[in-house]
Amino acid sequence: MFLLLRLTPGDPAAILAGDAATGEQIAKIRAELGLDRPLVVQFGIWIAKVLSGDLGQSFYFRIDVATLIAQRLEPTFALATLTILIAVLVSVPLGALSAWRFGGWLDRALMGFSVLGFSVPVFVLAYLLIWLVSLKLGWLPVQGYVRIADDPLLFLKHLILPSLTLSVIYIALIARVTRASVLEALGEDYIRTARAKGLSELRVLVRHALPNAAVPIATVIGIGVAILIGGVVVTESVYAIPGLGRLTVDAVLARDFPTIQGVILFFSAIYVLINLLIDISYVFLDPRIRY
Amino acid sequence: MALRNWSVRIGGGVLVCLLLLALAAPWLGTVDPTLFDAASRDLRPGEAGEITTLDGETLKHVFLMGSDSFGRDIYSRVLYGTRVSLMVGLAAALLALSFGVVAGLAAGYLRWLDGLLMRVMDGVMAVPAVLIAIAVVALWRGSLATVIVAIAIPEIPRVTRLVRALVLTIREEPYVEAAVSLGTPPGKIMFGHILPNTVAPLLVQGTYICAFAILLEAILSFLGVGLPPDIPTWGNIMAEGRVQFVAYPHNVFFPGIFLAVTVLAVNMLGDGLRDTLDPRMAKRV
Repeated sequence: MFLLLRLTPGDPAAILAGDAATGEQIAKIRAELGLDRPLVVQFGIWIAKVLSGDLGQSFYFRIDVATLIAQRLEPTFALATLTILIAVLVSVPLGALSAWRFGGWLDRALMGFSVLGFSVPVFVLAYLLIWLVSLKLGWLPVQGYVRIADDPLLFLKHLILPSLTLSVIYIALIARVTRASVLEALGEDYIRTARAKGLSELRVLVRHALPNAAVPIATVIGIGVAILIGGVVVTESVYAIPGLGRLTVDAVLARDFPTIQGVILFFSAIYVLINLLIDISYVFLDPRIRY
Repeated sequence: MALRNWSVRIGGGVLVCLLLLALAAPWLGTVDPTLFDAASRDLRPGEAGEITTLDGETLKHVFLMGSDSFGRDIYSRVLYGTRVSLMVGLAAALLALSFGVVAGLAAGYLRWLDGLLMRVMDGVMAVPAVLIAIAVVALWRGSLATVIVAIAIPEIPRVTRLVRALVLTIREEPYVEAAVSLGTPPGKIMFGHILPNTVAPLLVQGTYICAFAILLEAILSFLGVGLPPDIPTWGNIMAEGRVQFVAYPHNVFFPGIFLAVTVLAVNMLGDGLRDTLDPRMAKRV
């Protein structure tokens, strides 16, 4: 965790010097922002502040970074949750079914889809969907965001397309792993036993094969969060959603270092936290695992 | 052996075509991709118009893929953009591989370095790749070199881990033991005896990094934090076209199709290579 923090701060002083006009102005801005002190000192101060929950003040928005992140959290959180929900609900059954009928048309279609899903860039897919669903068919709004408190229905309508876009690559990833691990589980002796007992195929698949394939599936959901975070940045830009992803891009364009640091730190912390939760969930998914 | 695999044939074939397109761009009816003409703004694909050269001459030109809001030829920009994308993909993959190989060899062979090096790599891996790339580009303004470095950095830990794992198995082989007992210096063992045996998995990993690098470059440019807008890249063309996407979707679609096809081809090549060169890896997924 310490190294993780060390990697993000970077060297804002040098960049700001390259940006501003005269030497005097630079010196003044630097002193104001505390950038004139040695890097190690800055870094120490920054760490101490972060540990006490203070992410500093945004150069550009002139408010606390922590407040800024809190303001932008809702859209991103909603988008990510809906995406994970869609992805898991679609990919786990699909992956399990294609493992069950290994080599069948569904299996081949799914494998083809997953290679395609990895290759089509998020924003190309986003524009394709906007063009098809919003412009040609006129079913959903093109862009923008409505707060859930303002109008829950409109909120959902605005989020469907971004979540669908974002879930494609996630579905490709999870379905692949689900298929592989269910396939492995189906080859075990207890499956033969279950079938010999005369259990229905559905019961064999859902009660016996899937639970034994759960650990790799949970792992890949966690790893996929990294892809999801990258995707959120792009998707929010395309669909004009005022979330954390947009904030990241805006902050980079404005060279607003405290905000960039804060957002990246926040995203990384979420990523580490989710993977920690998933590690803990192994205990429930597989009683053999003990810490 | 690898050439008999259909994924390798198709993926490789498409890539060779793209490479030829990129190299032959000046002779394929293109104009200078930076030229613009106010009279030919927002033309639809296939429409004819005119374009002014730097000498002030006005040429008749058919805009095969239409033009953007400055009146630049999308077809020319997409073809020249192929050069940038392929170069970024290749350069980022080579860069990540070379750093990753050195770090991985060191971590796998010199035990005292292992702990420290792998913790650093874990730290890098804890931050999602897109964010690292964005942060690096934010620190040193976008240029070709910066973007390549920014894309390569998040990939280094993955290569390091792969090489380290390979080294840990290879170093137990009898031929390494034999080399050690003959008094061969560690450097020679690492590069002369161990490295050659990691080539196949590295080649596979390299193609995947290449595919990811091409995607990431487009993402960065699309977000406006990558290469400067005057360099024609697929991401930049789309970034420029997105503003008026509703009226002129071709600005986004043509570079998007090229991008998707390229990444798909590289991924197919990687899958094919993995199946033929590295049977152990093929079994895993």
